[in-house]
Amino acid sequence: MKFLGLSAKDTRFLLIVILLTLATPIILQPFPEGSGLATFNAGYPDLMQRFAIFGIFAIGFNILFGLTGYLSFGHAAFLGIGSYTVVWMYKLLDYNVIWGLPLAVVTSGLFALLIGYISLRRSGIYFSILTLAFAQMSYNLAYSVLTPITNGETGLQVYSNDPQVLISEGETSPHFFGIVMNESAKLNLGDWQFTFNNGYYFTAIIAIVVFYISLRIFRSPFGLMLRAIKTNQTRLNYTGINTRPYTLAAFVISGMYAGLAGGLMAAMDPLAGAERMQWTASGEVVLMTILGGAGTLMGPILGAGFIKYFENIFSKINDQVLHGWFEWMPDGLEDFIIGLSHFFVGKSWHLTLGLLFMLVVIFLPGGLVEGGTRIWHAIRRDRKPKGPDPEHHPEHIPHVAEKEEF
Amino acid sequence: MGILEVKGVGKRFGGLQALSDVNLSVAENSVHAIIGPNGAGKSTLLNCFVGKLIPDTGSVMFNGQSVLGRKPHEINQMGISRVFQTPEIFGDLTVMENVMISCFAHRDGAFRIHPFETVAHEADIIEQAETMLSDVNMLDKREMHAASMSRGDKRRLEMAMCLAQEPKLLLLDEPTAGMARADTNNTIALLKEIKEKRDITMAIIEHDMHVVFSLAERITVLAQGTPLVEDTPENIKGHPKVKEAYLGESV
Ligand SMILES: Nc1ncnc2c1ncn2[C@@H]1O[C@H](COP(=O)(O)OP(=O)(O)OP(=O)(O)O)[C@@H](O)[C@H]1O
Ligand SMILES: [Mg+2]
Repeated sequence: MKFLGLSAKDTRFLLIVILLTLATPIILQPFPEGSGLATFNAGYPDLMQRFAIFGIFAIGFNILFGLTGYLSFGHAAFLGIGSYTVVWMYKLLDYNVIWGLPLAVVTSGLFALLIGYISLRRSGIYFSILTLAFAQMSYNLAYSVLTPITNGETGLQVYSNDPQVLISEGETSPHFFGIVMNESAKLNLGDWQFTFNNGYYFTAIIAIVVFYISLRIFRSPFGLMLRAIKTNQTRLNYTGINTRPYTLAAFVISGMYAGLAGGLMAAMDPLAGAERMQWTASGEVVLMTILGGAGTLMGPILGAGFIKYFENIFSKINDQVLHGWFEWMPDGLEDFIIGLSHFFVGKSWHLTLGLLFMLVVIFLPGGLVEGGTRIWHAIRRDRKPKGPDPEHHPEHIPHVAEKEEF
Repeated sequence: MGILEVKGVGKRFGGLQALSDVNLSVAENSVHAIIGPNGAGKSTLLNCFVGKLIPDTGSVMFNGQSVLGRKPHEINQMGISRVFQTPEIFGDLTVMENVMISCFAHRDGAFRIHPFETVAHEADIIEQAETMLSDVNMLDKREMHAASMSRGDKRRLEMAMCLAQEPKLLLLDEPTAGMARADTNNTIALLKEIKEKRDITMAIIEHDMHVVFSLAERITVLAQGTPLVEDTPENIKGHPKVKEAYLGESV
């Protein structure tokens, strides 16, 4: 089956992604409420929204970093710009996100054009530093001189004396033509509770659309040129290709994705603060992309999911939860185990994530996606273990030849 | 007037005068060989043709237009393609993708935004690339990672990439270095065949005299950055100055 210009394989892939995305509120709630493992449930509206939003951010970042190899350390700036745009539309018009979101994509695209145009005059580390400098500059400006636009440290929010010229009676929080983002339907099945949140489904559907767009970019001649830039820019220039507009286009597209993600943050929660533009946020999307697998389609989404999961779930595991798990142990041992756990959970969740990140970078340079592929191949080989497998043979040839390289 | 006119070109690297007063005229649709000992400045000279280097003095005209000061991609779009001394290919891409990029560059020019087309649907490009690969006997390697191939194969791939652009002037920097004898002969045959099929001018740097004498119509001998002689292959063969340059004998 093929549709929307995709090959049969990509269509299947897209359908799986759609299915998983739509079923997320169920998949992430595997443990019954009140059980010891319920801490690991992640089917909460705000967390699921974050999965989808950071997924969008990382998908876009991957178009730049994964395909062209240009490592931007300043993409959080576009996140912030997107958020501010959306909140401004709340203040001026009303809470319908239809005004702010498209505008967030446009404004962040324009900023990306400017920042990209200047930063792309250099490559490698110099490019990274330039983007970092721009983002930090935006962050500092948002805190200081631009206070009339950004409301400085307090952050931008809607006040009762804002014009809100289109506002109607009873409209108090972000919505999409009346579908209120923070409303949810709850479903109780025995001990299980599932939450189907409007905001999550709104972001999830947008995430599916932008994932589809990135899939098309990956398969297009444009995507091929971007991958060529990563492997050998010199050859591309001597093949008559002007690489600068290609990298700039990739930069602008990824900036627009970031702006959309930032806009969606404000669509879920009508606030925008300068801290969203800080370099740590830029670094986070780099980690997500590398952890999941830069240059792969699913990698950034997996990476975003992993990091957000760790941030929200591992950080929640406090002494009370630990006691709940280990109370059956003898006291001395229990205290020891809990003491040890302190290094990895609660406030120390960063350590767990850091270790995971190191393991992945060292053992799976292709990220979690490579891990998944290896497991998949191992299973498939297990299933038909007898005799040589003709299907797999061609894959081995490059490996053998690699050794002849000098 | 040749298709490539080089006048008074000089290039200095610090204390080293790599090229001095090089004059060269490559006639349209001819094969012109540039030979000379290691370090004579042959590659440096090609670098001046493709925008990698800008000479300190002199002029380089292609088809009546100066190439100096133009960017590499602009010079390529004028019709000059180059095979490098160390193969420059897209190592992370497949052999087929390598050639397809050349086909796209030839068809679409230096930049075209086409994010919603699909490579797999570009029947013309795929056909061209396949034809090119079968011309260099590499069709069976089309799905291989370019980086994983032998040096000789990389060179053949690079040649296929350049030929796929149907350049007016093809610059070859030691195209058969690192190739087995059989592949060298195939390369000679391929270049001859291309030459018969369409209008193309070639400038070829080569240490392998078998290749030089099989292809070249004129030969320029370069030594220490200056052309010693330029003549037909027959006259070059026994030329005393050439022997001197190669063997370093003083007269
Ligand atoms: N970018 C550079 N900077 C400094 N010196 C250079 C540079 N490029 C070339 N040279 C020097 O210029 C001289 C000519 O080099 P070139 O590569 O043109 O020689 P060649 O004739 O191609 O030799 P070979 O047959 O070994 O390829 C050499 O001495 C080389 O070291
Ligand atoms: Mg050389």
